[in-house]
Amino acid sequence: MRRIRDMMRSRAGELLREGTVNRVLGWKNGEFYYDPNPAVFETEESLDGLVYNGFSAAMLSKYLIDATKKEGRILVFLKPCDTYSFNHLLREHKVNRENTYVIGVGCDGMLDIEKLRTLGVKGIKSLDENGDDLVAHTLYGDKTLARRDILLEKCLSCKGSEHKVYDELAVVDDPWQWDTLDRFAKVGELEGMTPDERFAFWRGELSRCIRCNACRNACPVCSCLKCVFDNPRSGVQAKSNADSFEENMFHIIRAFHVAGRCTDCGECSRVCPQNIPLHLLNRKFIKDINAFYGEYQAGADVEGKSPLTEYKTGDVEPSVVYERGGA
Amino acid sequence: MSNSAGIADMLIPQLGIVKNIRTDTPDVKTFRVEAPSGGVIFPHMPGQCAMVSIPGIGEAMFSITSSPTNTEFMEFSIKRAGYLTEWLHQMDVGQQVTVRGPYGNAFPVDTELRGKDLLFIAGGIGLAPLRSVINYVRHYRDRYGLVDIVYGARSTDDLVDIDEIRNEWIGHDNVNVHLTIDRQQEGWNGHVGFVPDYVKELKFPTTKTALICGPPIMIKFVLAALQTLGFDKSQVYTTFELRMKCGIGKCGRCNIGSKYVCKDGPVFRCDTMEELPDEY
Amino acid sequence: MMLKLSKDKIGELFQKLASSRTLYLPIDNNGQVNFGQWTPDAVVRLDQLKTVKSAKDFFFPQTENIVAFKRQGKDISIIENRDQNEPFVVFGVRGCDARSLDILDKVFLCDPVDSFYKARRENGVIVSMACAEPEETCFCGVFGIDAAEPQGDVTIRIIGDNLYWDGKTEKGKALGESVKDLLVQATGQDLEIIKKQDERSREILSMLPLGDLSLDGFEESALLEKFNSPLWKELSQACVGCGTCTYVCPTCQCYDIQDFDTGHGIQRFRCWDSCMYSDFTLMAHGNSRKSQMERFRQRFMHKLIYYPANNDGVYSCVGCGRCVAKCPISMNIAKVIRALGVSVSV
Repeated sequence: MRRIRDMMRSRAGELLREGTVNRVLGWKNGEFYYDPNPAVFETEESLDGLVYNGFSAAMLSKYLIDATKKEGRILVFLKPCDTYSFNHLLREHKVNRENTYVIGVGCDGMLDIEKLRTLGVKGIKSLDENGDDLVAHTLYGDKTLARRDILLEKCLSCKGSEHKVYDELAVVDDPWQWDTLDRFAKVGELEGMTPDERFAFWRGELSRCIRCNACRNACPVCSCLKCVFDNPRSGVQAKSNADSFEENMFHIIRAFHVAGRCTDCGECSRVCPQNIPLHLLNRKFIKDINAFYGEYQAGADVEGKSPLTEYKTGDVEPSVVYERGGA
Repeated sequence: MSNSAGIADMLIPQLGIVKNIRTDTPDVKTFRVEAPSGGVIFPHMPGQCAMVSIPGIGEAMFSITSSPTNTEFMEFSIKRAGYLTEWLHQMDVGQQVTVRGPYGNAFPVDTELRGKDLLFIAGGIGLAPLRSVINYVRHYRDRYGLVDIVYGARSTDDLVDIDEIRNEWIGHDNVNVHLTIDRQQEGWNGHVGFVPDYVKELKFPTTKTALICGPPIMIKFVLAALQTLGFDKSQVYTTFELRMKCGIGKCGRCNIGSKYVCKDGPVFRCDTMEELPDEY
Repeated sequence: MMLKLSKDKIGELFQKLASSRTLYLPIDNNGQVNFGQWTPDAVVRLDQLKTVKSAKDFFFPQTENIVAFKRQGKDISIIENRDQNEPFVVFGVRGCDARSLDILDKVFLCDPVDSFYKARRENGVIVSMACAEPEETCFCGVFGIDAAEPQGDVTIRIIGDNLYWDGKTEKGKALGESVKDLLVQATGQDLEIIKKQDERSREILSMLPLGDLSLDGFEESALLEKFNSPLWKELSQACVGCGTCTYVCPTCQCYDIQDFDTGHGIQRFRCWDSCMYSDFTLMAHGNSRKSQMERFRQRFMHKLIYYPANNDGVYSCVGCGRCVAKCPISMNIAKVIRALGVSVSV
């Protein structure tokens, strides 16, 4: 990914210099190797701080809602999966394509710092990435790890290396590749549970929710100007659990609101400070949409109808829930 | 610490009963509130505020517009602006409300303002906090020098509590009242124009101490007008309103820099604002 | 007096502590460790350096009932239904969280005292725990905290096969008294072991990468200079406006007061709020902090300038590093201190 980073720096510099873009949206180096933050670069000199590594997971697509309303064109780096969300925002006319210059960047799969910690790696000061081999330099010595063991949940069922939208690409011929898992496996497992077991599963997970709204605010398709939960008259608190079921309501309602629009980018689960597998709620909707209306991947295309915004006489009736035994 | 009724926390309110509702303008009503046993719910000083609530609807901070010298009831002049105030405007006499306070500092009526020539400048609903001071000053009239009141609103309909101004202030207690409305209106033979301009026209001498309240933009322009006349910021007091929840400087939202409007304010001497960021 | 207990008896210690009061300690819920109520089958994780949420929850809960009301026609009745009289122990509190209570005390115990918080403070006993393996996100030392020997009513150290129990305050000694059957006096050899462990911990603490953060220049006299810094725009531009940093922070103390219709009446409760949320300062006629830049600035100005200005120069940060670990976009107070500190030229 270092090679890609060098390409990114050099192309961004050229595009700024020649005036094609006036800003660059990328990731900026932090205190450690694993904490780059999204940032806007306005000068060539500042591009020295542009980084791209296994911890550039934070998706940049949503920032474009505001960024493309501003004067001039902005260069943005999108990983393959980020392009789906960008496309979906285009479909909803939330971003201005004219004001965007997309460089699709190759990706070796993003890493989960929490997984490193769970594996007992403490005091991580920096890392070296080289294909599947990772070395963590820590306060307590060096640790060697395999990349595939610390991939982010969302990368375990990667949508592939193809960018769905771009103006140019920054990729390498020989990217690191890994085996992906069936993204609906866990959903299937939940469907196989009894309603009581399933309820217990979700209560166990959602009871950890601290109502920080990170999932909502990071979600590229949670792009309402004013969220229903920010309306004090909605009956559901936006920032606390007024009763013992409120966090469940929040997540269920949110899953409904993004149904048919969710690109399965996995940001909700990535940003959750309590590591709640929120993506499973969305994947359940995606799985059902695929079953009822045919395969649909939000963000794969900008044009055309989407299943939940199109009515057909053959559409399933609500009774399908009972026919399927309540799952 | 317990509040004046001995209840164990400042966040727990007391009951009040709305005894009278006066419609001042199309969007301002003045509510007279008494404790269930009669009298004021708690004593206050001019410029202080209270949290008024209808449980289940909301709770918000309002300045106590009645003078502390009135021990029979408290009054709140409330502009219809949101969900709670809409509800308050719909209620009838006899409705119970909850009240807690008093919150914040007060105008320094017994210290720095004693013996001074006072100049009150208010716009629209901004009269509410100043009315408490004006009536306090009228009550203890001999403790203060000359009193001038400049009060303006968009139209004659928007002058809050005009009956009291006409019947009790003008021509009483050696108080000079200067009214103005933004635009000429039939039947109005008073001054027409914005408050800051009127202040400049009236050319008040800099021996006065000014107390201003109104929309933030008016406060800024009036302050500038006074400075044009040669006033120093240290001769000018104003009172602020920001979103509040606790009223006791703990919930963290009404700060301007390191000062909490609910606790260190709402009254600020304008020269002290220079040390604070422009975020209000 | 240093006491000790063999580590294999720790279950008995918990049982005993829990017999007279509620015992909260770090518990694993599906991989996430938070303070929770001890039960015999709880997965206790004293090895976890940082719980996701801090220990502030027990003194300033995320939601807490204040008072209830009934409305009938024009009448309102006020029903007091406070519930913070339970005695409890929070066990395994790290030095950063233990110090954070001093910071919350300055807010909640200053006049007028918050009686809800005060009751919980009085009813709670803090058993703090020394850190032997701090992480790179830790920077408590910047705020003068010694994680090798944290404050608390009791301080414990787990070294080798032993748990060392050091009762420090009256409350702590009383707690020790209640479990004295399980504790024996530490020997001179034990004290040597402790001394060595403390030294080793302090050595690691001195090497932490964020340990060199400098607070020079974060003072009241620089209030306007810091407030008006052009760097806030850059620092805040990626902020998504969530409340993660606020909610995992042990010193964030802003709250909201809300009413909840229970169907049988109105419950007024207080809940954590976040200055990062857009409605925090929203009023019917406008918002004093209109953009995320202003909200972001408020959070850090409060911690580094406003709070110290009101509290004898004490910063409202304990360097626990939770925001460093949890921010969705990896922006945090360490980066802010670096960017705005005087040692770094702009």
